[in-house]
Amino acid sequence: MSPGVGPGTWTGADVQQRYRGPAVSTDPRPRRMTLQTLQTHLAWLYYQYLLVTGVYVLEPWERALFTSVLLSAAAMVGYTSYVFLPVHLRLALHFFSGVFGGQAESAVTLMS
Amino acid sequence: MVRTSTMVLNGNLTVQMNQTILQNRKQRKNGHVNGEKRTNFPAAKGVSCRQYSPESFEQAPMYVAVLTYLGFGIVTLFGYFRDFLRAVGLEKCHLAQEREEQKEFVPMYQDFENFYTRNLYMRVRDNWNRPICSLPGPAFDLMERVSDDYNWTFRLTGKTIENVINMGSYNYLGFAENNEDFLKTVADKTLQYGVGVCSSRQEVGNLSSHEELERLVADFLGVESAMTFGMGFATNSMNIPALVSKGCLILSDELNHTSLILGARLSGATIRVFKHNNMHSLEKMLRDAVCSGQPRTHRPWRKILIMVEGIYSMEGSVARLPEIVALKKKYKAYLYLDEAHSIGAVGPTGRGVTELFRLNPADVDVMMGTFTKSFGAAGGYIAGNKELVNYLRSHSHSAVYATAMCPPVVEQIIRAMKCIMGVDGNTVGIQRIRQLAENTRYFRSRLKEMGFIIYGNDSSPVVPILLYMPGKVVAFSRAMLARKIGVVVVGFPATPITEARARFCLSAAHTRAMLDKVLHHLNEVGDDLCLKFSRRKISPRPVLFNETDFELDS
Repeated sequence: MSPGVGPGTWTGADVQQRYRGPAVSTDPRPRRMTLQTLQTHLAWLYYQYLLVTGVYVLEPWERALFTSVLLSAAAMVGYTSYVFLPVHLRLALHFFSGVFGGQAESAVTLMS
Repeated sequence: MVRTSTMVLNGNLTVQMNQTILQNRKQRKNGHVNGEKRTNFPAAKGVSCRQYSPESFEQAPMYVAVLTYLGFGIVTLFGYFRDFLRAVGLEKCHLAQEREEQKEFVPMYQDFENFYTRNLYMRVRDNWNRPICSLPGPAFDLMERVSDDYNWTFRLTGKTIENVINMGSYNYLGFAENNEDFLKTVADKTLQYGVGVCSSRQEVGNLSSHEELERLVADFLGVESAMTFGMGFATNSMNIPALVSKGCLILSDELNHTSLILGARLSGATIRVFKHNNMHSLEKMLRDAVCSGQPRTHRPWRKILIMVEGIYSMEGSVARLPEIVALKKKYKAYLYLDEAHSIGAVGPTGRGVTELFRLNPADVDVMMGTFTKSFGAAGGYIAGNKELVNYLRSHSHSAVYATAMCPPVVEQIIRAMKCIMGVDGNTVGIQRIRQLAENTRYFRSRLKEMGFIIYGNDSSPVVPILLYMPGKVVAFSRAMLARKIGVVVVGFPATPITEARARFCLSAAHTRAMLDKVLHHLNEVGDDLCLKFSRRKISPRPVLFNETDFELDS
């Protein structure tokens, strides 16, 4: 029952799908995840993202702006972890193993 | 005299009534329905009963509050961004602005105060002020409107959305109807008196039907005398200044309605606010007031007035009347009870919260109510002692200056009240009250079972469902309209910022089928939008909702 016709008409319901029946089928048997259900599920996840962050109330260009800023920030985080995380992890492991290893050796010498 | 015992730890309260009170009750009340005496009135047996059902205000998990603030934060950031674009001139400003010649003057339109309205409300205001083109009964028709510029302006498409289930009107007993037979007396009175009164009550506007109505209202409530006014909001805001003035103290509940707050402010009395329904807070304030007196002079207060409401419309909670009455007697204060939502809607015979708690109506000094909600009309009343009402007739602004209530509305209230009271052996009224009580019980228990967080007392027909996040509030309203159910959602200025809600008002005119449809769609929308925040564990045993549907396995 989504109202509005014509280009540029703001219904606010462009993301929310027209009511076609229950979103999740009531059939209790487990079904294989088809492409259709995957698409529906991804659309539902996108809808949840819009609702929770409050971006649902914004106009489309503001949504695009916010999502691009968010994705670029996430991309930067991803890139930084890709470049620096292995190095940092290796150094940290070395530091801690050095401490514990050294301790074990000294304990052995004391005992004997 | 009514004796009340102190509150037992688990919340039950015992009230025992004296014999004289019982006799008074029986004389005033129409105990005969359809020729047979009603014997199920509990006070007649003098049995103490569980009076105060617990009210729940369940808190949502912490992540919900965090996400709500996050949502508001992001929208606020975009609000600043858009304000900047408007100030720079990159975007057209739709709001009122001074003319070019007046730019040097003192600003007339304060820009920042309307930040919230401009940047959040305007974006989503298609969910409010929807135009209705039929009677607001249990179902109604809406006019479809669309916006081409993101809700700054609307245009009607000409189509009608028909038969939308109405879950927002205060139509508790279903008296908002256009049945010809029921409205015959109203039509006759209109033919006799016309529609306009053209005067105030004090001048030439005091019609005989006003006198009849006031006698009927006094009879209905079980008090000596009553007075009616043309507007419910004005009843509060114009009469409180007549009752209290400078040098008096008003103890007002945290969540009181704007009309009460406005009346209190206009009166010039000192206002102190106690926590919602919290008797410890109220007692502490009463004690401090009686001991310390007025702020600088320490003279005793001229009057102490406690202002509470019967049912609070945003929470659905009921005032703890027995305890308040006990406190007021102990500290010699006066009680002003605003029964806007509770008159006609609670109590075994619809007499309001005094009947719900089996109290003597004479204990409440000033009983106020409105005819807008359960009686399907407009206006308000104040009832109490004869001296009080006589004083108000000459000293209230509303009585002296405001136009009197118009004859069709008066007759509608008279016929609705007679219907509820069951004069002439009519059972329609009592059936509606019972239907409302049953609808309330059913709806609330099903919602709790589904996992929504709802506030309020189990017997209140106002059911707020908590939605919390601003995006979900808007999506909920639109989703329900797409499924042809009209709901009212309320957000920040009217509720705390983290507790946005959808408020359902049940009606005796809703059938079980309508409620089932609403519940079914609520279930789906709740799953779709992830609104089921309740962490309460519900008993797995099935509850019998409709005895005729229960099948025995034998």
